[in-house]
Amino acid sequence: MDTTKVAKTNATTAATAQKPNRAGAVAGWADERLGLATAMKKNLRKVFPDHWSFMLGEIALWSFVVLLLTGVFLTLWFTPSMGEVQYNGSYDQLRGIHMSEAYASSLRLSFDVRGGLLMRQMHHWAAMLFVASMMVHLLRVWFTGAYRKPRELNWVIGCLLLILGTLEGFTGYSLPDDLLSGTGIRAADGFVKATPVVGTYMSFFMFGGEFPGESIIPRLYIVHVLLIPGLLLALIGAHMLLLVYHKHTQWPGPGRTEKNVVGFPMLPVYAAKAGGFFFIVFGVTALMGALLTINPVWKYGPYDPSKVTAGSQPDWYMGWPDGALRIMPGLETHIWGITISWNVMLPILILPVVMFTILLLLPFLDAWITGDKRDHHLLERPRNAPTRTALMVALMTMYGLFWIAGGNDIIAIKLHASINQITYFLRVAVFVGPVIAFVVTRRWCISLQRKDNDTLLHGYETGIIMRSAEGGYTERHLPLPASRAYSMAARDRDPVLDGHDVDEVDANGIPAPTGGRLAALRHRLRTVWYADNVQKPTPAELEEGHHHAEHEHELQAPVEGHAADGHQFDGHHLVEDEHLRSH
Amino acid sequence: MRLLNRSAGRLSRHRRGPLAGLAVVLLGLLLTGGLYTVFSPAQAGSAASSEEQIAQGRQLFLVSCSFCHGQNGEGMRTQEGDGDQTQLGPSLVGVGAAAVDFQVSTGRMPMARPGAQAPRKPETFSEDEVAALAAYVASLGPGPAIPDESDYSIDGLSDEERQQAITNGGQIFLTNCTACHNFEGSGGAMPRGGYAPQIRGVEPRFIYEALLTGPQNMPNFSNGNLSPDEKRDVIAYLGSLEDMPDYGGFGLGGLGPVPEGLAAWVLGIGSLVGAAVWIAAHTTRSTKKKVDA
Repeated sequence: MDTTKVAKTNATTAATAQKPNRAGAVAGWADERLGLATAMKKNLRKVFPDHWSFMLGEIALWSFVVLLLTGVFLTLWFTPSMGEVQYNGSYDQLRGIHMSEAYASSLRLSFDVRGGLLMRQMHHWAAMLFVASMMVHLLRVWFTGAYRKPRELNWVIGCLLLILGTLEGFTGYSLPDDLLSGTGIRAADGFVKATPVVGTYMSFFMFGGEFPGESIIPRLYIVHVLLIPGLLLALIGAHMLLLVYHKHTQWPGPGRTEKNVVGFPMLPVYAAKAGGFFFIVFGVTALMGALLTINPVWKYGPYDPSKVTAGSQPDWYMGWPDGALRIMPGLETHIWGITISWNVMLPILILPVVMFTILLLLPFLDAWITGDKRDHHLLERPRNAPTRTALMVALMTMYGLFWIAGGNDIIAIKLHASINQITYFLRVAVFVGPVIAFVVTRRWCISLQRKDNDTLLHGYETGIIMRSAEGGYTERHLPLPASRAYSMAARDRDPVLDGHDVDEVDANGIPAPTGGRLAALRHRLRTVWYADNVQKPTPAELEEGHHHAEHEHELQAPVEGHAADGHQFDGHHLVEDEHLRSH
Repeated sequence: MRLLNRSAGRLSRHRRGPLAGLAVVLLGLLLTGGLYTVFSPAQAGSAASSEEQIAQGRQLFLVSCSFCHGQNGEGMRTQEGDGDQTQLGPSLVGVGAAAVDFQVSTGRMPMARPGAQAPRKPETFSEDEVAALAAYVASLGPGPAIPDESDYSIDGLSDEERQQAITNGGQIFLTNCTACHNFEGSGGAMPRGGYAPQIRGVEPRFIYEALLTGPQNMPNFSNGNLSPDEKRDVIAYLGSLEDMPDYGGFGLGGLGPVPEGLAAWVLGIGSLVGAAVWIAAHTTRSTKKKVDA
């Protein structure tokens, strides 16, 4: 036993601790004044499970840090003003042109501030990655069922972060006041004006008068650097506090239950992993910022409502409503001297709100349909919830098709297609595509469930073809390693649907529906939700499967002595010491 | 000097002679004719060769162009109607040599097949043949001539004028051209499979001719609309974009936010998810030092 660390003592004097080293001294000093030890004792050793998909949200967190760092740099030189100045900086092609101070300072940042262009480009790339990684993280959470009770509210916070990130991106896109960003603001003005009755009033309120006015850039600036970042920070804080409070979900496996978390402690393992990941995210952003042009504002020129450029698109995260707008037929209603622009209102004002509401409500919808009120800390494989997986794939398909519509002009010129035909195709595809995707994904998941059951019951395929004495051929199956079989079978059985949750029985034993139409609808939805799912094998089936396998092994016993992967039996090799290939 | 005076005096004696008037007229004619041959454009060098050129151009035209444009360049309509949609080939009367030089030298004409757009392709005719075709079409009716290099070059300008031309050209470009051709001339989509082609890296002569003649879907920027100097400025601006280094790094095709989004997802998210997989795959190995009792 190691006794060196035990304080030296004798029976009569008190134990004296060894003199602490320098780090220990600092920690001790701080602890005596701040009480850190009590607070940190638990959290420094907090355990997190290990899986690559658990680190996707971290990409978002770290790109947000990059955004804060580069954003602070940009604010030191950017002038959020629409005051007109004559440009006299070092970019030749625009010297002498009149422009807003905002655009002039963006040019100054790009050409006259050391490192300014790198910072601008890093900021923009980090913004793209921030929203993209939030979406990838959202998909992971949905596909693995991590949003279920008790984490529904964290899903809601995540969705709010996603929409705030999108708005933050849009306000940032609008700040440089170049031709592209001005076109974006003009489009936003049009969207606001498409609101029936109050549209024009809202637009005047937003711009402080007629578009473009003088106030939009300063207003967007304060929203971009103070309001939304503040909200984002607060929500990120809440998101992570809830993560710590709920503890992280984990994949099922031997020793992993609903009541524990198996993994590594925060310090030193996750501090190192997460800290290292920050530098990777920073490095990737820096590389992209240094090597790939993003938003070359100097080529767009200053904004002028009389100008526009081909390829005027929003950044990718606004691309899907833009796509919906592009493929929307030109419907308008004229009534009592008012024009209702369905062609703008439906795709831009109504569709995103509807889609976002659906997204927010998904966990509650799932809980309502399945009637599942239990806590879940173990994740589910996407195949084991076929309808859930298929639902998200359908939504993704719709999103992707709208995305394609948003880039229809670029696709037309790069793939030599007709922009009209792309539009006609997509008008149908956005409705039909998700349905096809839903059906295909669902059947695909169910087939994978069936395959899992086969593997559990009959073992995995070894690829060894055995010939029996009679001349029949069989493929040799071997049982899965116990831990794998456990992980595969560690999932809930779907509830039995016999209709008892709808129909109560009255005093005479006659079914009497209680819950009314809503309950009936719920029952129907629940039937669809679980329909055709394959249940994991029962212990009896597993037992039988193993018996069957043993019987087969007996039949194959004559060749058992020559354990080998099969190719050794060509008569040219010695096979005595060969071992059968293990899984 | 005395000799000169003396001979002038001798000549002067005949100034009222019967043949004097005739001699002066002849001398004047010779001088004007001589000066004309020295200073006139090379094209009109001799009436005979110009006629030959037109005849050669007509021969080429009959073989390669008349199928759609008619045997005398009068254009051709299909049987279904006489709207623009059903026109097989437009009339070439009055389109001028500039239009022919643009269409044929860039390989757009002759078209491989009728369609939404005549794409740029390797040219089929030699320079002399293009000149002959241009001369023939120009002979059908008055139209814009092939521009001279001095029309679109800014070489003759001072540094300050050149700078002014580029800045001015940039503003004209952003006002008139970017709506179809994109902010750095990468091209853009037009309805029904048509497109505004990429104009980065296109020879200045062709840009000038396109502005003058308005090929395909492009509007015609006449000299009253965009003065020759303004056309020159646009070309100067486009040239300056090409001479400019890529300040931000690789330009992603200069097509705006669509390729940027693609790069963010494929390169950015792709590599970061890869990094996440890599980090998760490398788990810690604790090497506990054995402590002896």
